[in-house]
Amino acid sequence: MYSEKVMEHFRNPRNVGEIENPDGIGEVGNPTCGDMMRITIKVKDNKIEDIKFKTLGCGAAIATSSMVTEIAMGMPLEEAEKISRKDIADALDGLPPQKMHCSVLAADGLREAIADYRKKAVLAATTEGKKCKPRSKCKTKSKAKA
Amino acid sequence: MEKFIYMDYAATTPMHPEVAEAMMPYFTENFGNPSSLYTLGRNARGAIEEARDRIAAFIGADSREIVFTGGGTESDNFAIKGVAYANENKGNHIITTPIEHHAVLEPIHFLEKRGFAVTYLPVDEHGMVDPADVEKAITNKTILVSIMHANNEVGTIEPISEIGKITRERGIYFHTDAVQTFGHIPVDVNELGVDLLSASAHKLYGPKGVGMLYIRRGTRMVPFMQGGSQENNRRAGTHNVAGIIGLAKAVEIAEREMASEENRLSELRDYLIRGVFEKIPNVRLNGHPKKRLPNNVSFCLIGAEGEAILLSLDMEGISCSSGSACTSGTLDPSHVLLAMGIPAEIAHSSLRLTLGAQTKKEDIDYVLNVLPPIVERLRAMSPLDEAWKKNR
Repeated sequence: MYSEKVMEHFRNPRNVGEIENPDGIGEVGNPTCGDMMRITIKVKDNKIEDIKFKTLGCGAAIATSSMVTEIAMGMPLEEAEKISRKDIADALDGLPPQKMHCSVLAADGLREAIADYRKKAVLAATTEGKKCKPRSKCKTKSKAKA
Repeated sequence: MEKFIYMDYAATTPMHPEVAEAMMPYFTENFGNPSSLYTLGRNARGAIEEARDRIAAFIGADSREIVFTGGGTESDNFAIKGVAYANENKGNHIITTPIEHHAVLEPIHFLEKRGFAVTYLPVDEHGMVDPADVEKAITNKTILVSIMHANNEVGTIEPISEIGKITRERGIYFHTDAVQTFGHIPVDVNELGVDLLSASAHKLYGPKGVGMLYIRRGTRMVPFMQGGSQENNRRAGTHNVAGIIGLAKAVEIAEREMASEENRLSELRDYLIRGVFEKIPNVRLNGHPKKRLPNNVSFCLIGAEGEAILLSLDMEGISCSSGSACTSGTLDPSHVLLAMGIPAEIAHSSLRLTLGAQTKKEDIDYVLNVLPPIVERLRAMSPLDEAWKKNR
């Protein structure tokens, strides 16, 4: 039921692990549902310089996690957050219909990591004393590292 | 792939060569329709009646109480709908458990939607039903109790004879799904005190697509298949002659080998259970530690996901099954494990290994060698890795 590509990523998942002092963390899913994922990213010059994942889940959950890190590695943030579940499934030569939610998890995990990075960057900018109140009006696209 | 170890005998079994040999002539030279009057038909009829006698004797029944069906699922559907619709004037209440096979639960859900009332008895942490709960659940509207002989996922053997005493005393029909026990442990309809019993051929080295339903004489049933007058008007349709011969042959082999297999497999089962507990931390055994099928091993390997373990074992040449959501075809893990009170996050880590005729001690040793690193690898990949290490 799984494509060769899914099995290959399940067998040899790319970028497994956790980045120390990451710029952004994305955590999605929960163990009650059976799937849980944590993505950590390092950002440099608005690009994903490094990305790693840890996933608890089925074959598809692990393969989609691995694939999203492979696609996103080195990508500008604006492009990376546009990676869709379909992009991930297509890159794996398709997923069985009941497994599509796994690819949602992977895409969401990456988006959450990027959002976390942006939030931290804004907070860092704020604490550095820049006039940035109220936060909703803050347009700073800070390149500061958290 | 050099290595091939089959450990999913509860799903299906390879057909015994003697069974295949016994069936062959009924596909070719003895192809007659058992309902035909000429010699060719009469020969086929004679063969299925001989098969019926053998199967009846095997479970302590009368030959007229055996109806051949298309398998375990059909037998369950027939028993439940057949009794329900024939006894509606007496009452509309059915008692069952939440750990039944879907072949029992789905026809019962179907009846529930059409006005029948259903009580789902609780089970304990081992999946065991308490006969006292059956007694308490009976009302003057109760027409049927359906409780499986042994659970297919966790292997727990239910106290059927004790429940049978209660249903007999109260004059309520009692059905048991014996698909996992028939041919593996002793099954006697009078000792069990059941009125209906389902069995399937392919779980005991027989062919797929054939089974039987024992119906105690005097049980009021509506027919399941309507058409010709086969099986005393209870199950229409041309007999699956070769299949029925195969079922009888499988029973003959079980008569011969069941007792020694039961011992041999129980020992291998316990060897596997001990080995897993010795080699892998944070494991939970599912099902009753003693009152369980001789060939069933079911674990929760907490912190790893069942399907991922299953796929990893498959890469090592081992076939088995899991009750995780990803293998159940829904988003929920096994209904059996949840009913036993196992939290969903643990139920997702379930793995079932079921042993059989070809299983040798070396195979268990092989599993004990490859399983621990698989679980370790998956746990290390999990974001909860640190959390469960702390809780260890």
